[in-house]
Amino acid sequence: MTHLAHQLAFEQRIFWRSREAAVFIFIFPLMLYALLSSVYSDEINGVPAADFLLAGLFGYGAANTAFGGLAITLVIRREAGILKRLRSTPLPPWTYIAAVLLSTLLVFALQAAALLVLGSVAFGASMPANWLGFAGAIVLGVACFAGLGVGAVALIRSAEGVSAVVNVILLPMAFLSGSFGPTREFPAFLQAIADVLPLTYFLDIVNGVYLEGESLFADPKALGIVAAWGIAGLTVALRRFTWMPRER
Amino acid sequence: MRISSPTVSHAIVVRDLRKSYDGVEALRGISFEVGTGEVFGLLGPNGAGKTTTVEILEGYRSRDEGQVSVLGHDPGSHAPRALRERIGVVLQHTELTPVLTVREIHRLFAGYYAHPRDVDEVIEVVGLGEKRDARVKTLSGGQKRRLDLGVALVGDPDLVFLDEPTTGFDPTARRSAWEMIRALRSLGKTILLTTHYLDEAQQLADRVAVIRAGAIIGLGTPAELIGDTRRTEIRYRKDREQIVIETDDPTRILNELTSQALAAGQELSHLEVRRPTLEDVYLELVGDEKRA
Repeated sequence: MTHLAHQLAFEQRIFWRSREAAVFIFIFPLMLYALLSSVYSDEINGVPAADFLLAGLFGYGAANTAFGGLAITLVIRREAGILKRLRSTPLPPWTYIAAVLLSTLLVFALQAAALLVLGSVAFGASMPANWLGFAGAIVLGVACFAGLGVGAVALIRSAEGVSAVVNVILLPMAFLSGSFGPTREFPAFLQAIADVLPLTYFLDIVNGVYLEGESLFADPKALGIVAAWGIAGLTVALRRFTWMPRER
Repeated sequence: MRISSPTVSHAIVVRDLRKSYDGVEALRGISFEVGTGEVFGLLGPNGAGKTTTVEILEGYRSRDEGQVSVLGHDPGSHAPRALRERIGVVLQHTELTPVLTVREIHRLFAGYYAHPRDVDEVIEVVGLGEKRDARVKTLSGGQKRRLDLGVALVGDPDLVFLDEPTTGFDPTARRSAWEMIRALRSLGKTILLTTHYLDEAQQLADRVAVIRAGAIIGLGTPAELIGDTRRTEIRYRKDREQIVIETDDPTRILNELTSQALAAGQELSHLEVRRPTLEDVYLELVGDEKRA
């Protein structure tokens, strides 16, 4: 337990001190929200644009923090030998992983709070209709996308390309899933792709708890698909994850 | 797996250790022991199997065959925690978190151990006192290696692995690293050191294993290894020509030479009698064709 608190404290210090990561992970989704909310002023899909986009950027933020941020951090650490070096210390591997995940959760929880403050103060967005469900969605989103993130770590070979690879996946996914605006007018083949993406279903759940005050478990199908993606990522990680740098 | 007779005085016992990568034999059955408090050098050219050996002992790589005991534990494919509490590791190519300061990195690692040393004391020992509050990314290459060493020592280990600790150092930095390693030895730490610098092995190691192509081809104290070849070199110049005589019988040859010279009233200019250094022995063992 003291090991976990110790590592978590350092993970937080490292995150906030790594300026590029802090900007890309923490500031960027807030920035996108401010930009998009300034462009869309009416309603989207029958709800105020500020609310629609808040849910959308919440979903993008979860994926960006837990999938993008985690994958980039861990691949860079692995290739730099930081993970390898840790492996010969008494720190239990699962404690390390738990600390990294908790740190990710903390960052995203703060981001979600910042998003609510920014949305309500600057764009008149609503507060969550179901606070408990909203908090649950933070945990669910981090869990699902962190699973995919560690799966990606196991598949990405080099630190050089990791940022590009992550964003090539992340940005189109967010666009197709409706994080940045309505998707009703999309051609059928794009909607067909969106229909399998985890973020699409995660956004359904977020909209449910945030706007309609539904329970986190109101849509078992969406919940199941989100969980399945997370578990798929985790399965890849359990089979392929390595603490050692790849090409040395 | 128990090793037949691990004595308390052995920090490391390796018996017939074998390892292949994709069918290529990296280690072809090597055996050695390292006594408690000993500085043991693994010496060999790049690709000889030094790092593979050390990484098996550190618990980074699994072995194919053979027996290994490190402080009474089997490191397997991940060293048990009780063993990890007692070893310090300096790896060849690893970095440390760039945004943390020297002191923070030491504190981070100190937090992993049950009985860490005082962080500030360790920072002084490795000579980074003035860089205490500098971020890791601002350190020079030599300072980063000192940091690696500091981090390896912060858990107060009984056994320290140093994989090519001075590669890339300038001569001054190497001397000070050697001083640090000697200081560790005087604290009673057992040290397993790999190097491809012969002078380093000769300076630091109580015993040396020369390893080539996955096999140990020489094992003993530097003096023993040198003593194994009894050859002595006698050099002098005659008519501006360098004469080199290699002999197992230097007393007689030298006597003959000096008698002749005295009788002829000549000077044996640039007369030199030298015993082979570890370098000569090493090059002979390794069979380097670059040898002059």
